[in-house]
Amino acid sequence: MTEHHLANSHLGSLEYDPAPESAAIAHLQSSYGLFVDGVFTDASQHEQFVTLNPATEATLATVAQASVADVDRAVAAARRAYDTVWSTTTGAQRSKYLFRIARLIQERARELAVVETLDNGKPIRESRDIDIPLAAAHFFYYAGWADKLDHAGFGASPQPLGVAGQIIPWNFPLLMAAWKLAPALAAGNTCVLKPAETTPLTALILAEIFQQAELPPGVVNIVTGDGSVGAALVDHPDVDKIAFTGSTDVGRLIQQRVASSRKRLTLELGGKGANIVFEDAPIDEMIEGIIDGIFFNQGHVCCAGSRLLVQESVADEVLRRLIRRVEQLRVGDPMDKNTDVGAINSAAQLARIEELTSIGESEGATRYTSSCALPDKGYWFAPTVFADVSQSHRIAREEIFGPVLSVLTFRTPEEAVAKANNTKYGLACGVWSEKGSRALWVAERLRAGVIWANTYNRFDPTSPFGGVRESGFGREGGRHGLEAYLDV
Amino acid sequence: MSDDRLDVRKTYKLLINGAFPRSESGRSYEVTASSGDFLANVAQGSRKDVRDAVVAARAAQAKWWGATAYNRGQVIYRLAEMAESRRAELADHVASAEGVTRGVAEATVARSIDRIVWYAGWTDKIAQVFGGANPVAGPFFNFSLPVPSGVVAVVAPQDSSLEGFVDAVLAPVAVGNAVVALASERRPTPAVLLGEMTATSDFPAGVLNILTGLTGELTPTLASHEDIDGLDLEGAASQADELAASAAGSIKRVLRPRGPGSDPTSLRRLRAFVETSTVWHTIGQ
Repeated sequence: MTEHHLANSHLGSLEYDPAPESAAIAHLQSSYGLFVDGVFTDASQHEQFVTLNPATEATLATVAQASVADVDRAVAAARRAYDTVWSTTTGAQRSKYLFRIARLIQERARELAVVETLDNGKPIRESRDIDIPLAAAHFFYYAGWADKLDHAGFGASPQPLGVAGQIIPWNFPLLMAAWKLAPALAAGNTCVLKPAETTPLTALILAEIFQQAELPPGVVNIVTGDGSVGAALVDHPDVDKIAFTGSTDVGRLIQQRVASSRKRLTLELGGKGANIVFEDAPIDEMIEGIIDGIFFNQGHVCCAGSRLLVQESVADEVLRRLIRRVEQLRVGDPMDKNTDVGAINSAAQLARIEELTSIGESEGATRYTSSCALPDKGYWFAPTVFADVSQSHRIAREEIFGPVLSVLTFRTPEEAVAKANNTKYGLACGVWSEKGSRALWVAERLRAGVIWANTYNRFDPTSPFGGVRESGFGREGGRHGLEAYLDV
Repeated sequence: MSDDRLDVRKTYKLLINGAFPRSESGRSYEVTASSGDFLANVAQGSRKDVRDAVVAARAAQAKWWGATAYNRGQVIYRLAEMAESRRAELADHVASAEGVTRGVAEATVARSIDRIVWYAGWTDKIAQVFGGANPVAGPFFNFSLPVPSGVVAVVAPQDSSLEGFVDAVLAPVAVGNAVVALASERRPTPAVLLGEMTATSDFPAGVLNILTGLTGELTPTLASHEDIDGLDLEGAASQADELAASAAGSIKRVLRPRGPGSDPTSLRRLRAFVETSTVWHTIGQ
């Protein structure tokens, strides 16, 4: 069947009935406190903030806004727990706590998935099938390391750092909490975790899970609020380690602020990932990979394949197929199990995406935006592809962190590598080619922490993730991920 | 319940391919507690039972190794969960089999379960600890992966009826082998109980097969069987030399007995039945 026939067939206009997940499964409370020393408490100033459902702008809950004094209290609890309990807890015991946590996440997976989608705006299909199972898997994996640190390649009896301050973003709220907490606890540290302001809820359910697992009080403390909370944590003199995932701009500030201290630091920052398509790439898989690379999680992915570098000989066909596929993406209610692209996480992020895309147009790129209908309420941005993008365009250089793909072309492998590396970032890249030797040749030359060949956006607890250059330093996941929390 | 209720006694059977048959030979032998009191009639496995178990293990091994390492870890962890809820029963058997106090038996059971958890965590770490990339001098991506030997026969320790059994059996299973285990001849019931627990732990049938019987009768068959890839002789110390020589017939990997008291964090058993598979891939435009 030709493409023309397909587009005009019944298949092309097939409608799906809604298949909504139930919001009642979330069992949300009207307000949430801080989690300090094993219990939920009010903030010292009794300040609160509201967390919204970005798909409807409805209030989900009010959450405690921590003060500097609250951060101090949380760090003191973490220090006390480190000194009195956790540093004398054997690796085998830490392992068993982490296995418990992994199991409890699995048991409460559906509730966590619903809360994640309500709070973040991501499709329930993704939170259900990716975020939550991966979070459980991450605890499961590091549970196994806790009593095997001697074998991790860092010498005999590697020691923990002490109290870790961990600041996580809003794009994968529970998964980022798991990425931070699991290796830190396995290595024997205690933690103060600061969730993102717009997505605090699943971390607070995780706190309930820590209670159910009978994790000793103070081993993990969770302080919610705006950027001032993170700043207080970064500046706290009794914190031994800062781990941050977020923007390069904030990462740079954090690195400056800890520069004169003895704090250890790992940073997982922004990216402008190149997805490189050679003419011999398998086209169906490649189109799906490009789509997944940029529209997964509304493009709110630091390693998103936001620059498509396509070999000139196939550029027209790839672009045509891509635009047709973008039209087929189902955009809308994140709670609908059919939804491919959900809501933008916040008004601020939507404004940033709108600003950069209008700059893309004014700089001369050709814009294709899906004709999908968008809901009246909430924060929405239709999937967009820019063609005729040059390397100097801001949409080719700056991280948009939204469902926006910039398409550039190349002729030779050398040119592809040069263009892919023409960025201050270095988090992730993709290579699409049937020729394995070529994929590896390109991979060797890419300056990126993660390179996917004939796939994209794959995550696994056993696989190290992290960037080079201004995408940050340090690795999360795998054996390498332990290093960030050991005194080695 | 009145005091004169007659208890229902249990038949202790083999575990072959996920089922619990009696020996095809119809034989059983009497196992006594350390006190000399009757404990159980236990199936007395035959050479034919060994061969059936090897066939089952060979078929199961591909499936077990084909599962993800994460999945294998969860299955082994599930075994720890099952054992945890039957701690008292395991302790009863360890106490009577080994002639130790209830307290000592409970501590043994606790260590055994923790050992299962330890192995659960190994499934997805083996490749990272034993494998790696090799910087060959040429345009090649070269990496080595640990892969299981295949079917491993384990002559379990004769004295340590549960803890020693767990260690000897789960090490090869954790790295992806299928196992045919011969339980302690005089103290087999804790191993039989553990085998029953695998039936509710999502272990694919045939990954762990457990035989009971006379060590001297069955070990020559294990050592000479052409479709067994590895042989752990921990529980056959007195016959080890001749069995090791017999195992050479099909170039088996042989783990010689070390006796009790070995380092619990040693990777000796994990390394014993792992092969290194190295892949070369060209790099070029």
